[in-house]
Amino acid sequence: MKLDTSGLESTAPSFGSSNELIDGFAAAPSFEVPVTTDFDGFQKEAIQMVKPAKGTTTLAFIFKEGVMVAADSRASMGGYISSQSVKKIIEINPYMLGTMAGGAADCQFWHRNLGIKCRLHELANKRRISVTGASKLLANILYSYRGMGLSVGTMIAGWDETGPGLYYVDSEGGRLKGARFSVGSGSPYAYGVLDNGYRYDMSIEEAAELARRAIYHATFRDGASGGVASVYYVGPDGWKKLSGDDVGELHYKYYPVMPSTVEQEMVEVAGA
Amino acid sequence: MARYDRAITVFSPDGHLFQVEYALEAVRKGNAAVGVRGSDVVVLGVERKSTPKLQDSRSVRKIALLDDHVALACAGLKADARVLINRARIECQSHRLTVEDPVTVEYITRYIAGLQQKYTQSGGVRPFGLSTLIAGFDPCTGVPSLYLTDPSGTFQAWKANATGRNSNSMREFLEKNYKETSGQETVKLAIRALLEVVESGGKNIEIAVMTKEHGLRQLEEAEIDAIVADIDAEKTAAEAAKKAPAKET
Repeated sequence: MKLDTSGLESTAPSFGSSNELIDGFAAAPSFEVPVTTDFDGFQKEAIQMVKPAKGTTTLAFIFKEGVMVAADSRASMGGYISSQSVKKIIEINPYMLGTMAGGAADCQFWHRNLGIKCRLHELANKRRISVTGASKLLANILYSYRGMGLSVGTMIAGWDETGPGLYYVDSEGGRLKGARFSVGSGSPYAYGVLDNGYRYDMSIEEAAELARRAIYHATFRDGASGGVASVYYVGPDGWKKLSGDDVGELHYKYYPVMPSTVEQEMVEVAGA
Repeated sequence: MARYDRAITVFSPDGHLFQVEYALEAVRKGNAAVGVRGSDVVVLGVERKSTPKLQDSRSVRKIALLDDHVALACAGLKADARVLINRARIECQSHRLTVEDPVTVEYITRYIAGLQQKYTQSGGVRPFGLSTLIAGFDPCTGVPSLYLTDPSGTFQAWKANATGRNSNSMREFLEKNYKETSGQETVKLAIRALLEVVESGGKNIEIAVMTKEHGLRQLEEAEIDAIVADIDAEKTAAEAAKKAPAKET
């Protein structure tokens, strides 16, 4: 089986490392334009077709001890829940994590591709790539595929020489550095809990509990999120999975069933 | 042997790439260049052939800056140098763009050497006729580095080295007199090495000093003259000291 490695070649313009010897400046990449009467409209339609609501909840935040990353595990196709056990936190390498929101295939492939690039960088330069560099590589690739229907809303979290790093990268080509992010259809609910309970000086357990609670609340209200709330911690020694709790069980943990007085009891009616 | 130096993609029967060796000859005819690494500076020195009266000497700068923290001096075909320097400068910026970090000296040396190698393995082109001395500080670790590349595309790190005209004499001098130095001592060592093969005087030498804090600084003619005077004075003092005991016996 011949592997298609065309995705592995960087399509971003890279000056200097051109294959043409005579001309020092590499030509900007060009892709074939479809033959159509309505060029602009065609692009818009294509994007609308593949612009899913990114049915998921993922979040990540930096705190004193490092980075906390959490996500749900539900995959939905419209109203159909196709899986409750999707791994949405992708291990790029032992000290960097990526989260998945949007198209699962796109996220998985490009995160693995990023892992390859990070490893090659390490081998060539004899030191690990920074979180800044890794997120930039991914953002440049996604930018070069802009408008072609990729759907990726990811956070790159890791620990490098400068300490904890967190970047949000999406398929529009955007890249943001920040301390707190949540991505997906359940993110408004997660943000509510996260922003309310966040303090920089938290212990690892407190931060994990905050992340878990935020994911739980998002799965409670958002239909496209659910399954298992996974929580990962990234510290100076790399990432470590802290917990994976079913959100149904979390619900009863946070809101245990209290025996309550019955207002009306059903009484046996004498047979007529 | 004449049949094997046309298209450089062809090996000779005894394993030579003649075009590459001829390129090394071109380097040996180029002006002398020396580089010395100290503990907190790296010094590059180049021989400047006497400037014609009508020439504006300021337009002939032989030590080029690749980025704030990396500089390059070379021996050989100056036109080839211009092309290589431009490509290296672009690569320095491209690296900053893609990984948001300045290049390490080793990275840009590897890039330049890779470029030189590419031109030894392609049809219709000739190798670059120059060897480069690349000096700089690593942006993260702050360690000073000095590298040498040659037309075949190999590169090594050096404590001190020379290339170009009479580089063997300079290298012998450096091997005999090198020791770990810093600051002004390193500059003096570089100038002394150059003076082995170049006529004395600030007019015939171009010196640039790379430090972590201030980047690249070209020394003025007057400064170089002062240091040369210093070196001459030390030399006469040493000779006098040698002669004096002999007189007594």
